Parts: sequence; structure tokens; C-alpha cells
Amino acid sequence: MKNIHVSTKVNGDEMEFICPPDETLLDALRGRMGLSGAKEGCGTGDCGACTVVMNGRVVASCLVLGAEADGAEITTVEGMSTGDKLHPLQQSFIDNAALQCGICTPGILVAAQNLLERNPDPSETEIRYWLAGNLCRCTGYDKIIKAVQIAAAEMRGA
Amino acid sequence: MNFISKTKADFKVVGTRVPRPDGVDKVTGRAMYGADITVPSMLTGLVLRSPHAHATIDKIDASKALALPGVKAVVTSADLGVPEDDYLRDVQDNCLARGKVLYHGHAVAGVAAIDMATAKAALKLIEVSYTPLPHVTDVDAAMAEGAPVVQEGRADESVPEGSHPNVTTLQEFGHGDLDAGFAKADKIISRSFKTAATHQGYIEPHACLASVGTDGKADLWCCTQGQFFVREMCAAMMGMAASQLRVTASEIGGGFGGKTTVFIEPVALALSRKSGRPVKIVMTREEVFRATGPTCSSSIDVKIGMTNDGRITAADAQLRYQGGAFPCETVGMGAQSAFAAYDLDAVRTQGWNVLTNRPKEAAYRAPGAPMAIFAVESVVDELCQELSLDPLQVRLINAADAGTKSSYGPTFDQIGLKATLQAAVEHEHYRAPLGENQGRGISCGFWFNFGGNTCVSLNLNSDGTVGITEGNPDIGGSRASISMMAAEELGIPYEKVRTIVADTNSLGHNDVTDGSRVTFAVGLATIEAARDAIRVMCERAAKVWGIDPDAVIWEDGCAKPSGHNAGAFDPMSIEEIAASASDTGGPIAGHYEVNAEGAGVSFGVHIADLEVDPETGHTKVLRYTVFQDAGKAVHPDYVEGQMQGGAVQGIGWALNEEYIYGEDGRLENAGFLDYRVPVASDLPSIDTVILEIPNPGHPYGVRGVGETPIVPPLAALANAASRAIGVRMSELPMSPPKLLAAITAKG
Repeated sequence: MKNIHVSTKVNGDEMEFICPPDETLLDALRGRMGLSGAKEGCGTGDCGACTVVMNGRVVASCLVLGAEADGAEITTVEGMSTGDKLHPLQQSFIDNAALQCGICTPGILVAAQNLLERNPDPSETEIRYWLAGNLCRCTGYDKIIKAVQIAAAEMRGA
Repeated sequence: MNFISKTKADFKVVGTRVPRPDGVDKVTGRAMYGADITVPSMLTGLVLRSPHAHATIDKIDASKALALPGVKAVVTSADLGVPEDDYLRDVQDNCLARGKVLYHGHAVAGVAAIDMATAKAALKLIEVSYTPLPHVTDVDAAMAEGAPVVQEGRADESVPEGSHPNVTTLQEFGHGDLDAGFAKADKIISRSFKTAATHQGYIEPHACLASVGTDGKADLWCCTQGQFFVREMCAAMMGMAASQLRVTASEIGGGFGGKTTVFIEPVALALSRKSGRPVKIVMTREEVFRATGPTCSSSIDVKIGMTNDGRITAADAQLRYQGGAFPCETVGMGAQSAFAAYDLDAVRTQGWNVLTNRPKEAAYRAPGAPMAIFAVESVVDELCQELSLDPLQVRLINAADAGTKSSYGPTFDQIGLKATLQAAVEHEHYRAPLGENQGRGISCGFWFNFGGNTCVSLNLNSDGTVGITEGNPDIGGSRASISMMAAEELGIPYEKVRTIVADTNSLGHNDVTDGSRVTFAVGLATIEAARDAIRVMCERAAKVWGIDPDAVIWEDGCAKPSGHNAGAFDPMSIEEIAASASDTGGPIAGHYEVNAEGAGVSFGVHIADLEVDPETGHTKVLRYTVFQDAGKAVHPDYVEGQMQGGAVQGIGWALNEEYIYGEDGRLENAGFLDYRVPVASDLPSIDTVILEIPNPGHPYGVRGVGETPIVPPLAALANAASRAIGVRMSELPMSPPKLLAAITAKG
């Protein structure tokens, strides 16, 4: 198999890499671009730990090929904070104890950020269904849902 | 010298909700988990696994794999020794099968190659000759006459003669005269239960990176609940001195007991030793399901007698657990915990462990207790229904209390069960109206809790801030709670303390992060280490002031003269003492090493409201409230987090999660699509009520809280479902087909 040259934009930065045609975007992010915030929890799109945003859509990066990133714009958890300032969702997750082990946190933050861009005032049910593809085994989701609601309120007020 | 001991009103830091020290790393993607480390010249390791549920290994030929360019090493059990110790040998044989594969997915060989593609190709070139053997995966079938023998000669002396060779232990507990007790009962109910095996389901698959030098020095980085245990196991298997193997625990992406043992770590070390290069192994999710520890599945009979006014007169339980292909002691904890919530005159539990062709059980949050207490609490609920009694009042009438001789032997010290039950009685949830097809269930839960071997070092920095070095991976916010207890004891702000989890060469032995032990035992050791440092700081102040050390007290982060007679000196702050340390005797540190006892048992009560769709058997958890005694909640957010997270794992166990085996002995649902853990949209808010009945065994009254909350959901939901549909549910999980069948059979 011939390797593929990919030009992409990740968190606003132009990136280039060469990968085999069967390599996932997740492996390219982690292995070639040094962005290990996205995690592999299952490799089959069931757990959401590898969630990133590609061209405005939430995707499981383990189900996307690295080659598909060519010409795309990608946002990962590493792109959420600005300089030394955390995104309100990130701050809310810390303030409201919405994480324990933290392995699912990057994927949940990226998915929640995308939700709030689409819908600044989601109901609890809307948040629960939007995040239904992101497994968390530690928290029982309770504090995650509340942290998203609190961040959403703060962002609407800002 | 006078050391200030904290009383409830005194707490300044403990009990607040400070930000966790690992928070920023975990919300920005900077936190380094097991799979996140890479080093130069690293190889990729993979594990070859058995395609059979049970077979002898006749021959392994790796010559073709080794001939493939880029393949650097292949290892099998022949590359490790044969440990004399049974337990160590079982752990090792689970990491690399020796002579026989005992379950589908059992590791047979490891390969290291320059990249993933080469390693995958090499796996296919390792030729293994097997002779398949008959297999058995069900616990009752494995005890029956004529069942395939999983391993010969593994029964201990407790097993009666004539038992099937798969039975490895019989553990018995209890006291009193059962026959006399049952004779006093107005109503006796006997019922049988079955529960499926479930997996801890941590989102981070096992991962490790091993680097063994030709000089015999080795480093291992891995996600684990206990780096010292990993070192002990791996050093023994590799024939290495413990001092030469340094194990560093990465951030851990969930464990719940499942990362208290080793799977890939010895394989990576053996591959690294053989290849001379660092080797990284990361499991796939499928490997996690097939080859790491699920909990036991069970088959349980419970018989309870009760008077018309709700007093339990006698209680008996027979518990049969399978913990996979190796001897497993978990049933003993089930047998001990089954009736722990009750003050009984006549009680007996007998627990049998049975070998099957399934993966080796690993601990899962309160191991053994959820299924045992599910069975007991179901029968108690049925008695309440039959005798038209209030289920919480019946539990209050029979509840264990301080001074109760427990069903498993010890007499309880101060415990919070009655207060917890009373809080549930008084809660609005218990009286809220229910609609059609809805039921409310309650259940008690229990866990022993553990203390164990613990070392803590506390170092005073030259600016008066403090570093804590402890040895237990942080799986639930323990670095925050340990920093809080140090700050509390020293009388300094939380922000001035930083706690790190040390590698195995930086601190003495620490037991695994398990048994809800860390906030209790490491917290206790931290407080004592702080007191040790305070003693030194008081001595230094005394030296400067030229007075007797006994005339110095410690208060609000300062050394002070104990009274007017001691002299008129201004308080000397921790910063001043630290800054002048080199002139007063050198660096200042505090230490404490202990095998901690007095962990203090933990009780909880859950109320669950469930709706069952009579046409499909689909369930919806409508409302859920957790009541639990935390002793003292050091960081209430994290206590609530344990209560909520444990409850949701229990909800999954009750409603969805199960290991499903085919006739061929293969696990049929080795992925998160078909092994369905609860997702956000399945659940309501999980409400929490923390009670604080101090544990006399801890300076601040702390009890472990992590495990108890997984216990009650099984029975709480089964009781809710049974009341909703009018049929007693006795098998878990209560998946829609099972509920629909029960509804249909009722007519």
C-alpha cells in the first residue's frame, strides 16, 4: 500500500503528514501530530473517547481515516483553551467535579462544545442524548450534565 | 509537645470543595495515560490469543514469524519461569498459557516488531498446534457430575470429598441455631437467583511500556491500581530483584478493581529483555473483554424466615460463584457480606467457588457482594410484600448496629446503617407517588473497607510549601483529598500542598489502590506524617527560642509558645521555619509507615423508581437516590461522585450488562456495542445524601466510600421491577426479553 500525503488544519494550525491508507485519524493525531488528548477506548466508534470535530461535525476519529483529513478542519481538546485561559466548559468540568479518571473527558468536552455552538440553551434531555455516544464509567454522568448546563448558562451570559 | 487533634467543628479545609490538582491536565488533554507515552526505538508488542475455549497446546512454532523482517522477538511461557507459589503461578499462567489454554482469548504468545502492521502479520505466522478439549462456562453446569474438568487438583482442604474437581473452595460463615430460628418464623421464603458476569468497563484499555537493559535494570510504565504489586509480580516472574525493576503508574483511565493485577506487563518485559528494545503493548477493547477480569457470575439460593411483625428469625444462603479458569476467593466475600446489614440470631452462608472456561476473575468494586446482597435483599423484599410490611421499617427493625455480632463474625463498632435507613425513611422520595407500570425498590448495601500497608513522605520545601509523596494511583480524586488532609493538619492553605504518586523506587511498599482504602489509609498516614513534621518544626522553633520543645504548640500553620510561662515569643510561621531550616538542623520532613487497621465498614441504602413497558419489557429508571455513611466526607464532590458512579455501574449490572457465551464457549459480545454499559440518556439524575457517622479508626473519622454504592442497585431495581410487574425477578440482568417473558408468563 502506498502512503498518502495529507494536508490538514488542526486547531487552526496547518499540519502535514504521511500515513498508510488504512491508518485512522485517531492514530494520525496521536502518533504523527503529537496530539494524544483524543483516546482510543474501543476502536469501534462505541465509546466516544476519541471524539473530535471535523468540518463542524462531531466524529469518532477511530472511524475516520487519516487520509480523509486532507483539506479538512479539525478541532481536538488541545484546541479548546486559548493561551492560559480555559474554555468555560473546561473550567466548569473542574469546578463541578465532572471528571474522575478523566479518560473520557477530552471527548465529552469536544462533543459538548459542539452542542453549545449549535444550541446555546439545551435542555437536560438534549444534553443527555447529545452525549449518549460518550461513555463515562466513573461519574454516572450526573455531574457532567450539570457542568455542561452551568457552562452553557455562563456562555449565554457572557 | 502538644499535637492538635481535629474535631468536627475545627475543620477548615476538610469538607470543602476545592479544585482537583489533576483537573487542568485532564480537561486539556495533557494528562498522560497508559497508552500516551512513547520512547525512542520503541517496538510494538501484540499478544496471540487462544481460538479455543479449552485445549492443550501441543506445539508452538514461531520460526516463520521470527523470519519476517522487522520482527524482533517472540515470547511464550517458556520465557518465564515456573513459580512455586500457586497464586503467582496462576497470575503468570493467565498472562501466558502454559501447556493448556483455559478460555477463548487466553494469551499464548507475545510478539514485538518495528510497527503495528509487522506485528499483526507476525501474529498470523506463529503456528500453534492445539488439541481441543470439552469446555464448560456455566457455574451450575461446571459443578455437575460429568462436567469437563478445567484444572485438576486445585481444591483446597475445605472442599468435601466427592465434590467435582472444579470446586476449589467452600467458605462457611454464621452463628446460631438455624432450625430453631426457622421454627419461630411465621413466613419462610426460599428462592434461587442467577446473576451474569459483568466487566468493570473502564474506558482505558490496559497499556504498558517496558524497557529492560542488558545490565538487567528495567523500567515499566503502565496503567495500574498498584505499581508495587505490579513490581512484585513481574520481578518474580522475570527472576529479577525488585530493586532493579522500577514501575511507574501512569494516570489511570478507570480501574474499579480490574487493574489490580497484571496481564500484558510480564509479556512486554519478556519481549523487551529478548529484543533489547523498549516494547509497548496496548490492548484492544476486544482483548479487554475477552481476557481481562470480569466479575464472577453466580447462582444463589436464599432462605429467610420472618415473624408477622417483621423480625427475621433465621437466614441461610448457598452461594455458587465461578471466577473463571483459576481458583478464586471472591465467593468468600459474597458469603461474608450477604447478611451483613442484619442483626441475626441464626444465620449461615456457604460459598462455593467453581472453575469454568472463562477469563480469570479480577476484582470489581465490592467484589462478591453485589450478587449476594441482591439475592438476600430480594427475599427480604418479597417477605415484606407477603406480610404487608414497609420495607424500610423491616430493615430498621433488623438492622445491625454498634455491638451487633455480624453474620461473618466480627462485632461491629460504630456504624451508620440505622441513621442511613432513617434518612431514607424521612426523604421525600420514599413517599412520592408512583404511576402505572412503575415500582419502587429499596436495598441496603455493605462493604468491609480496607486499610493496609501504606507509606507517606511529607517534605517541607524551603518556601514553606509542602510536597506529599504517596504510592497509590489516584482513581477518584485522592491526590486532592490527601492534600486537603495535609493542609488541614498543618494549618496551611490547600494550594500550598502538592501530592504526587511515586514510582516503586521512590517510596516503601504500598498496597494496591483497592478496598476503598486510599482516603482512609493514605489519609491517616498523611495526617501522621504531618504530625511527625510538626514535631520537628516545634523542636526547631524551641531551639531558636531557647526553650523546651514541650513548651511549643502548633496552631494555624505556626509554632507558638504554649503559654505565658514558656516565654513571650511571636509565633514562628511554617515559612520562617522552612527558610531557616539549614541553620536549625537541616531539611525538615515527616514520614509515616503503617499497616493500617480500623477501616470502618460502610453501609448505604438506595431507593429506585423504575417503569417497565408492559408491551416490550423496556425499562426506564425514573428516579434514584443514594444514602450513604461516609464517616467524614473529605471532599464532598468526590464522595458524591463515588456514590453516583457506583450506583450507575450497579444499574448497568441490574438492567443491561452481561457476558453472553455461545455453545462453542466463546464470548459473543466482546465490545461496547453489545455489552451495553449505561449511557447518559438512559439515566436520571442520581441524587445523593451523605451521612457522617465518624469512623473511630481514623483521626478525622473517614470511612472508605468507593465500593458500597455498587451493591444496592441490583436488588433496588429488581425489587422495583418486581413490584411494577407483579412478578418476582430472580435473574440479572433484567434485560427487556427477560422482563417481557415474565410479564407474558404471568398472563
